[in-house]
Amino acid sequence: MCGTTSIRARNHSINSSFGGTLVFLLAGLALLLLSLSAAISVGAVPVPLSTVWGVLLNELSPGLIDRTWSKGHAAIVWEIRFPRALLATMVGAGLAMVGATLQAVTRNPLADPHLLGISSGGAFGAILALLHSGLFIGLLTVPLLAFLGALGATALVLGVSRFAGGAASAGRLVLAGVAVSFIVMAGANLLIFLGDPRATHTVVFWMLGGLGLAQWDQLIYPLTILLCCGAWLILRARELNAMTLGDETASTLGIPVARFRLAVFAVGALITGVMVAFSGIIGFVGLMVPHVVRMLVGGDYLRVLPGSALAGAAFLLWADIAARTVMAPEDMPIGIVTGLVGGVFFVWLLGQKQHI
Amino acid sequence: MPEALGISRADCMAGGHRPCTAATLSVQDLSWSPGRGRETLLHTTSFALEAGRVLGIVGPNGAGKTTLLRLLYRFHRPTAGRVLIDGEDIWTLSARSVAQRVAAVLQEQPSDFSLTAGEIVTLGRTPHRRGFTGAAGAHDKGTCNKNSRDKDIVDAALDRLVLHGLADRHLGTLSGGERQRVMVARALAQEPRLLILDEPTNHLDIRHQLEVLALIRDLPLTIVTSLHDLNLASGVCDAVLLLQSGRPIGFGRPSAVLSEAAVSAAFHVDARRERLTPSNADHLVFHLREKGTPP
Repeated sequence: MCGTTSIRARNHSINSSFGGTLVFLLAGLALLLLSLSAAISVGAVPVPLSTVWGVLLNELSPGLIDRTWSKGHAAIVWEIRFPRALLATMVGAGLAMVGATLQAVTRNPLADPHLLGISSGGAFGAILALLHSGLFIGLLTVPLLAFLGALGATALVLGVSRFAGGAASAGRLVLAGVAVSFIVMAGANLLIFLGDPRATHTVVFWMLGGLGLAQWDQLIYPLTILLCCGAWLILRARELNAMTLGDETASTLGIPVARFRLAVFAVGALITGVMVAFSGIIGFVGLMVPHVVRMLVGGDYLRVLPGSALAGAAFLLWADIAARTVMAPEDMPIGIVTGLVGGVFFVWLLGQKQHI
Repeated sequence: MPEALGISRADCMAGGHRPCTAATLSVQDLSWSPGRGRETLLHTTSFALEAGRVLGIVGPNGAGKTTLLRLLYRFHRPTAGRVLIDGEDIWTLSARSVAQRVAAVLQEQPSDFSLTAGEIVTLGRTPHRRGFTGAAGAHDKGTCNKNSRDKDIVDAALDRLVLHGLADRHLGTLSGGERQRVMVARALAQEPRLLILDEPTNHLDIRHQLEVLALIRDLPLTIVTSLHDLNLASGVCDAVLLLQSGRPIGFGRPSAVLSEAAVSAAFHVDARRERLTPSNADHLVFHLREKGTPP
């Protein structure tokens, strides 16, 4: 390891943070594993933790452990709860990371994956599939159209912010996002108005968010995008730190500010788009989780991003547990849980931290 | 070139890791407007500054001081003309390599996302690093020496601005003067050859103003600073550039440029140069013009 060449060995954040970061990462991973196990174990039919991990090991390498559980339990664990819990993990991690990065590049503590029109586009696509186009390619129709809608809205936001004044500044990007969000939402509402009134409740449920449709063979899409885009964002932790100093200061540090902001926005749209496509609109994770994580690990994005991913994943797993158990055997839409918990928590946070 | 100024530059603020060199700055026929058909905010401006000199940019509000500074730190691309640093046009260099030579302390307020003073100063190393590193730095052997060198540079910058006790404090908890010092330390950690300051004494109390001015005088760098206070500018600058309505109307020694007539005309006031006793120093005093006095 590094020899201390400094004459004055001083203990400020530069050398003290590494150990702390590691502890936080390990604690976060442990919390995530615990949450994941709990999410699979808890439900209308309780399954013991030993069965949860037994089923997993047996699926990974058949015959490794003697089966002590029923076929029914195995099916519930493997076919229903595992994919659902993994989707919750990915959606929570993705939305929280996107929220954290958008807050840096817009320097707006209220920036959120849903603020910038991405989710409205997703809703438009989903409503089109649910009420008008029919499921022409089967179960993947809704996610696909939702994803395309999200990307379309993103392109519109970028176009508007560019049309309305050259290089996109932080303020312009946010305002363009809000404007496009309203326009696209008006279009989506028109689709609802024109659609079959008997089918509109499916739209309502989609828009409130839910993880109940998770299936193994679809998880590969959010996973791929989350891994690629998440790694891209973490590799740019330094630039994200610099962006919080201000556009001009960041540019004097050699960062092509306008281009970087658009790239982060596009990557964020990709993540949000695929998450919204498979889970509907789950609010507040992206807004709230990064603030909580900053209180725990500080503001360095090399710690904020992995921390947000872990905390967002754990939060959504527990929110889903709550959504499934509060009114069991009914599934409450998870958006109700995250909105309620998130909102109440944020009020408390405002009281704690006067300078948000 | 440094020897000509009679100041030793063998050792720089980064603890003598590399001989610090100050850059020469040459501005040639520079002008800028925000877009086609829009008003020109800076009309053809030319000047040259030797390495290690301090240039003050003065003028009334809206005279184009900030515009000129933005052209110098490569935020605006000139509509016409060039900015040469050590003879190289900053727009033929990459943003990153300009950032290795030019640092700026601006009036921009960082948003409070819980970065500590130490982390912000470390960000000054950004243009000198590549790849996967946050504020904490990488940890493999290959980057080892570079990291400990970065750490020394950051430590030296924190020392220089007397910030070591504050390194772990969040920026949001610091006073205005302390934040300003953090941003100056961040700029020094960048190891620039040209340092640009935008109104560095704004909102500072007298003691902190004097400290900033002492720092400007001591740093072995070429410095360009905008200043509102003409007497401060006279005291600290080797040269001043007087701007009015986006046009340069004087460049040279402060006592020559900031004449009673030029200052009166530029700021629309009555300026008079008086002599202070017992220090025997020149001091400009200003009065509003009587109503009806022709400009």
